[in-house]
Amino acid sequence: MCLSIPSKVVRVAEDQTMCTVDTMGVQRDANLMMMADDEVKVGDYVLLHIGFVMNKIDEDEALASIETYREILELMDEDERKQAILEDDECPRRGL
Amino acid sequence: MPLELKNLYDNFRDGETIKAYAKMIAEDAAKLDRTINIMEVCGGHTHTIMKFGLPQLMPKNINFIHGPGCPVCIMPKERVDHAYVLAMQEDVILVTLGDMIKVPGSNGSLQDARSKGADVRFVYSPMECLKIAEENPDKKVIFFAIGFETTTPMTAVLIDQTIKQNVPNLFFHINHVTVPEVMQELIDSRDEHVDSYNNKIDAFLGPSHVSVISGSRIYEPFPVDYKRPVVVSGFEPVDVMQGISMIVKQFVENRCELEIQYTRVVTEEGNLNAQALIEKYFEKVDLFKWRGLGNVPRSGLKLRDEYAHLDAEVIYKDVLPIAEIEDHKLCICGDILRGMAKPPECTIFGTACKPTSPLGSCMVSSEGACAAYYKYGNLL
Ligand code: SF4
Ligand code: SF4
Repeated sequence: MCLSIPSKVVRVAEDQTMCTVDTMGVQRDANLMMMADDEVKVGDYVLLHIGFVMNKIDEDEALASIETYREILELMDEDERKQAILEDDECPRRGL
Repeated sequence: MPLELKNLYDNFRDGETIKAYAKMIAEDAAKLDRTINIMEVCGGHTHTIMKFGLPQLMPKNINFIHGPGCPVCIMPKERVDHAYVLAMQEDVILVTLGDMIKVPGSNGSLQDARSKGADVRFVYSPMECLKIAEENPDKKVIFFAIGFETTTPMTAVLIDQTIKQNVPNLFFHINHVTVPEVMQELIDSRDEHVDSYNNKIDAFLGPSHVSVISGSRIYEPFPVDYKRPVVVSGFEPVDVMQGISMIVKQFVENRCELEIQYTRVVTEEGNLNAQALIEKYFEKVDLFKWRGLGNVPRSGLKLRDEYAHLDAEVIYKDVLPIAEIEDHKLCICGDILRGMAKPPECTIFGTACKPTSPLGSCMVSSEGACAAYYKYGNLL
C-alpha cells in the first residue's frame, strides 16, 4: 500500500543523476533522471516511487501530510519506524 | 507491546475524518433520485476500498465498480508466454517487476520457467538491470517491462542509460499500457451492454500516481465528450472518501467536471520531463490485447523503430509465439475487469481459484479484484 510520505531532498549529486532524500528521519538515495536538470534542489519535497523521484510536492501540502504521518510514527520504536518508512516505497506492486 | 507494521497502516487513517465524509456523502446522495456507479480504475484504489470496508460506509445509491486496475491482471497469456519463451532461451536473464513472476501463461509461469532452470529475476527498480547486465557480460539481459503511465518513464530512463552508457547486452520487451484508452473502451463496451446489465459507469475515480506523471489533463475528454466526471484521487482511505464525496457533489450540483482531489502532487500538466522521455523512446501500438477485454486500440506502447536493435520482440521474433489464446472458460475476469461482475459471482471464486492456486490473473496479483475480495472477505 502506498503511503506516499513526502521526502525532503538533502543532497543533490553534482551530475544531477541522484539525490539523497530524508523521509521523516530515514535517509536514502533516489534517482533524479526523470526530472529536468536543476529542477530539484536541496530543500524541495518530492514523491518517490520505486527508487525514482517522480515529481515535486507542494511544500505546504507536504508539511501538512508529514504532520499526519508523524503522529503515528511517533508511537513506533526506531527500527519499526525505519522499516515502515522504507516499506512505503517498496510495495512490490508499486509503480505498476 | 511493540507496534506492528500493520498497525501503522491500519491506524494511519483518521476514523473521524472518514466518518465525516461518509455522513456528507450520505446527505448528498439522499438528494439524488438515482444510483451512481463509480468505477475506480486502479487496483490501488480497489485495495483501499476493500481493506477499509468503504462499501459499507456508502449509502445504497452509491455503488463501486472495479476497473481493470492492475498491469499484472490485464496481461494476456500471449505476453506471459513471450516472457516464458524468452526466459527459456539460452544465455538469457529475464528481469521483471512485481507479481508478474506468478502469472500463469499457457506453459506455466515465470516461476515455473525458473524451476526448469531459467534465470528469471525480480527487481525492485528497473535501474537494477544495468548492474545485472554489467555483471553478466556473456548473457543477454531482457527487461520485461510492465506498468501503466507511472512506470513507463522509469523504463524510458533505463533505455536512455542503456544507450548513453553503451550497454551491449540489455534488451527490452515492452508491455506498457495507457489508462485513458482503456477507460474509453470500457465506456463504449458497457454502453453496448447497458440494457442487459442495467447499470453503467457514471463516474471515474482516477489513480493519482498515473497523473503525477501524465497530469490530470489526460482525462479531459471524459467529462466533455463522454459526460463522465473524473476525480483524480490519492490512495489513502481519506483521499478515496474525499474523492467520492467530490463526485457525488458534482451530481447533486449538476456539474460534470475533471477535478483533482490529490493536489499534493498532481497537477494539470504532470511531469513534463518524464513525458518527453516517454515520447522519445515509445510510440503507440495500433492494438494491445488486454486480458479479458480483448484488443483495445492505441492502449499500449512499443519501442520506436529507431530502437529496434534493443527490442526483444524484434530480435526474438522467430521464437516468440503468435497464436491467440483463450482464457479458462469458467473464469469471469473479463467481466470483472469491465466492472460488469464482482468476484464472488465467479462460480469457482474461493474454491478452485484462490491465491495459492489462481486460475485467472485477477487472483494472481495481490492488486487484483478477486485477490482483494478473497483477502478482505475473511476467507483467509
Ligand atoms: S499498486 Fe502501486 S500505487 Fe498501488 S499500492 Fe501498490 S504500489 Fe502503491
Ligand atoms: S475467481 Fe479466479 S477464475 Fe474467477 S474470475 Fe477471479 S480470477 Fe478468474
